[in-house]
Amino acid sequence: MKKSKITVAVSGLNNTDNPGPGIPVIRALRESKIFNVRIIGLAYENLEPGIYMHDVVDKVYQVPYPSIGSDKLLQRLAYIHSIEKIDVLIPNFDAELYSFISFEEKLHEMGIGTWLPTMQQFEERHKTKLPEFGKKYGVHVPHSKPINSISEINSLTPEFSYPLLVKGKFYDAYVAFNPEQVALYFNKIATKWGVPIIIQQFIRGTEVNVIALGDGKGNTVGAVPMRKQYITDKGKAWGGITLDDQEMLKLCHKIIKKTKWRGGMELELIKTFDNKYYLIEINPRIPAWVYLAVGAGQNLPEAMVKLALGKKTIPFKKYDVGKMFIRYSWDMIVDLKEFEQLSTMGEL
Amino acid sequence: MKLKKKIAVSETGFIFDPTTGDSFSLNPTAVEILTLFKEGKTEKEIKKVILENYNIDESTFERSYLDFMAMLRLYNMLEEHEEK
Repeated sequence: MKKSKITVAVSGLNNTDNPGPGIPVIRALRESKIFNVRIIGLAYENLEPGIYMHDVVDKVYQVPYPSIGSDKLLQRLAYIHSIEKIDVLIPNFDAELYSFISFEEKLHEMGIGTWLPTMQQFEERHKTKLPEFGKKYGVHVPHSKPINSISEINSLTPEFSYPLLVKGKFYDAYVAFNPEQVALYFNKIATKWGVPIIIQQFIRGTEVNVIALGDGKGNTVGAVPMRKQYITDKGKAWGGITLDDQEMLKLCHKIIKKTKWRGGMELELIKTFDNKYYLIEINPRIPAWVYLAVGAGQNLPEAMVKLALGKKTIPFKKYDVGKMFIRYSWDMIVDLKEFEQLSTMGEL
Repeated sequence: MKLKKKIAVSETGFIFDPTTGDSFSLNPTAVEILTLFKEGKTEKEIKKVILENYNIDESTFERSYLDFMAMLRLYNMLEEHEEK
């Protein structure tokens, strides 16, 4: 079958110890049997490793942080599109999703396809709103609430009991065993990601995750459950294995069906020792371990691109159980000229 | 009491529980015992086979067998039901 040539812009090229999903998404697309992809990397920082992976990314453009203003980001994307003729854009950072969802229509008018959650889906699954989400869709969630100031820490008990989790609105989570630790982590996270900080009851059990793709009509295009086998000190999976867990899949199908989820997602769950599942987070994007799903037989980024292009997608029915991924780090040697070009011209 | 259906045991003694992702390694004697157990042999029948083939007394076997079963139970690999 002749592959169709398309250009896909991808962010999240930070293949570091806190990896973005960009590089595994690109690997998945490069393995597509139906698309011949030209990859445009969108980088926020000039040391994101993907920038210098020339066999992975064809061309890289620096883009401004959404915090500078969505208009600036959109203008930059319009400029890149005028040169590269982007067919599909896959944003991979939590922090940029709001902007991309809010100007999704404009991107579509420009001819750039996306497959993102709706603003309502994005908003209602926020960590700060998880209890309401659980109630609305009939899903167990640990009790949680947002706090905005250190003065609220002393009144957390008896509403919460220790240990509890202290979480940032986008990233980072720490287990705290006393109010002093809550204060420490509050400051640490607030400095990086701002407030509110989310306090969540700690649930004992095993953390398990599901990657999934929703078609926006309530159907699950694909879903693969996984357990982290090797976790970094940042809590990131450095190794994982696919599971045969029908309950996790049922829960995932239920959430996608009830929310009519559109786009990629990652469910973070705690499976308790009495086999109950608590939803602790929904990441509204493809997670960094997506390549495991590809290796297990579900090329979800390829399916996402098909959806973004308005093509028909047949849901995946199976995946390989017991497939593992193990990350590794790799030192690239980069010429200063390349770093200079990206830093001064914003392109490489 | 029997091994859960989904638990995979290889000839080399590698156990994989696909619902949890846990894996374990067995020594050759444990592989033999588990194979008999999977075939539906009772403790009495397994004991007979092991005592015939190994230089081991009855009480040592029983202690080790109970330990082994407790470990399988601890790792949630057994389905409890009335033994015939």
